[in-house]
Amino acid sequence: MSNGNVMQRDILDVNKIRKDFPILSIKVKGKDLVYFDNGATTQKPISVIKAVEHYNENLNGNPHRGAHYLGVTSTEAYEGAREKVRAFIGAKKSSEIIFTRNTTESLNLIAYSYGLNFVNKGDEIVIAISEHHSNILPWQMVARVKGAVLKYMYTNEDGKITEEEYKNKITDKTKIVSIAQVSNVLGTKYPVKDIVKYAHEKGAVAIVDGAQSTPHMKVDVSDLDADFFVFSGHKMLASMGIGVLYGKEELLNKMPPFLGGGDMIEYVTEQSATFAELPFKFEAGTQNVEGAVSLGAAIDYLNSIGLDKIEAYEQKLTEYALKKISELDYVTVYGPKNAKDKGGIISFNVKDVHPHDVATILNSYGVAVRSGHHCAQPLMKHLGIQASSRASFYFYNTFEEIDKFIEALKNVRKWLGYGRS
Amino acid sequence: MDDLSMIYSQIITEHNQDTTNKRGIKDPDLKERGHNPSCGDDITLSLKFKGDVIDDIAYEGSGCAISQASTSMMIDLVKGKTVEEALDYIKTFIGMIKKEITDEKELEKLEDAIALKNISMMPARVKCAVLAWHTLDEAIKKKKKPNSSK
Repeated sequence: MSNGNVMQRDILDVNKIRKDFPILSIKVKGKDLVYFDNGATTQKPISVIKAVEHYNENLNGNPHRGAHYLGVTSTEAYEGAREKVRAFIGAKKSSEIIFTRNTTESLNLIAYSYGLNFVNKGDEIVIAISEHHSNILPWQMVARVKGAVLKYMYTNEDGKITEEEYKNKITDKTKIVSIAQVSNVLGTKYPVKDIVKYAHEKGAVAIVDGAQSTPHMKVDVSDLDADFFVFSGHKMLASMGIGVLYGKEELLNKMPPFLGGGDMIEYVTEQSATFAELPFKFEAGTQNVEGAVSLGAAIDYLNSIGLDKIEAYEQKLTEYALKKISELDYVTVYGPKNAKDKGGIISFNVKDVHPHDVATILNSYGVAVRSGHHCAQPLMKHLGIQASSRASFYFYNTFEEIDKFIEALKNVRKWLGYGRS
Repeated sequence: MDDLSMIYSQIITEHNQDTTNKRGIKDPDLKERGHNPSCGDDITLSLKFKGDVIDDIAYEGSGCAISQASTSMMIDLVKGKTVEEALDYIKTFIGMIKKEITDEKELEKLEDAIALKNISMMPARVKCAVLAWHTLDEAIKKKKKPNSSK
């Protein structure tokens, strides 16, 4: 290993960090776990696990209801988490932070509440071909119901969306532009700030899906100027079942509630109701308070390391993995080949071997990768493939783990009888 | 590695790479598509009958080694057999994968396909192994009810 790699490792004290994540020391089939499925979900540090335990042991009640002690402590825990999220993504007001279950719910909320009410016949909705199904299906629904047109921005051979492409697709007819900041398959970091700016010039509302970016890089929604920004907690060390919708106050105010029920009302009579202020208007029913607490603790943990360092370290990991994988002539990599253009996501195929067989074989070496269509079937079609395998990294992964992954990858074809001596 | 050797045994990798049964059939009496949307295994069986006998059967499509090998093995087994015999093979094979039939004697008739027995220990891959067999089952149901669409 070169001196360069020793320097790269020094960005973070990974061995110390790994001690905070109990699950990273488990054995899989007698081998050390190499967890490279962080694009699907991430593992939890002790501080997050303990924060949820502390909440349930000491603070649990139903927020915003009742005047007793635990009603107050749970409200403080829940609203404290909201304030942490606000600061973490650079929103101006905590009333612009809506808790949801996940990115999918956040996008559906926008589609049902904003899309169905502000998109009209003949209007255009523009998304990228690489979107996750959660950023496709809600817009197909809006287009179908409202008679609008759903248009796609296509990636080029390097997995990028060019300025020419987005300026071609976003027009005066465009009402909504929705795009992931980082593709969950290609890993591409799209120029979302430029795309948001251009969408605004054309009078469209811009939505940024931050599911694959927020956990890995500093996000500033005010700087991005996105009208909506969405992400999930479980992809950034927190529990499953907690997600975030950020929206600009003036937009959220003119949108009707998504779901009706408890805690989102002002006055209810037999035939009508008035709704609570933001953010409660969009949070009907008892919420996932312990999930919000876990997200707050996850944000504290990420801040203690620093998002800039996390991004820099993951870029070095990705650079190293891309270099190693490019030495295997039977492996095809999709998306940008330069680590600077992408997050820590590498989708690939092994010649003659189906991705499911790749994942099964890697698993027996302790290496966890995702295989399949990654909830992005239109992109698979655009790439001309059925499916792929995907290795996705987080800051707790190491260069040694990439070596193990590459060594395991070298054995894949042999198991299927190719080049067996 | 032991369980990998049990799954990707030589007989399975050979069937995966063998394309004898992977072809189209001219003017088939029946075509039936089977797919696992979650993972992308996608096969289409083509069948030609002579009375009750499966005179020719082949498949097209793509998928993982398990699904492709399983399809190839099934075709070897049912070609030239009657529809009722084929149904019995299907029942036995699915019974083996579900661990409902464990008697070696009873399983013997599955010939090469018995190599897929170990898949029953890998829940994530069971659907790859049974895809072709369920697809053939559907096709035979359609033959028996000729009024339903092709």
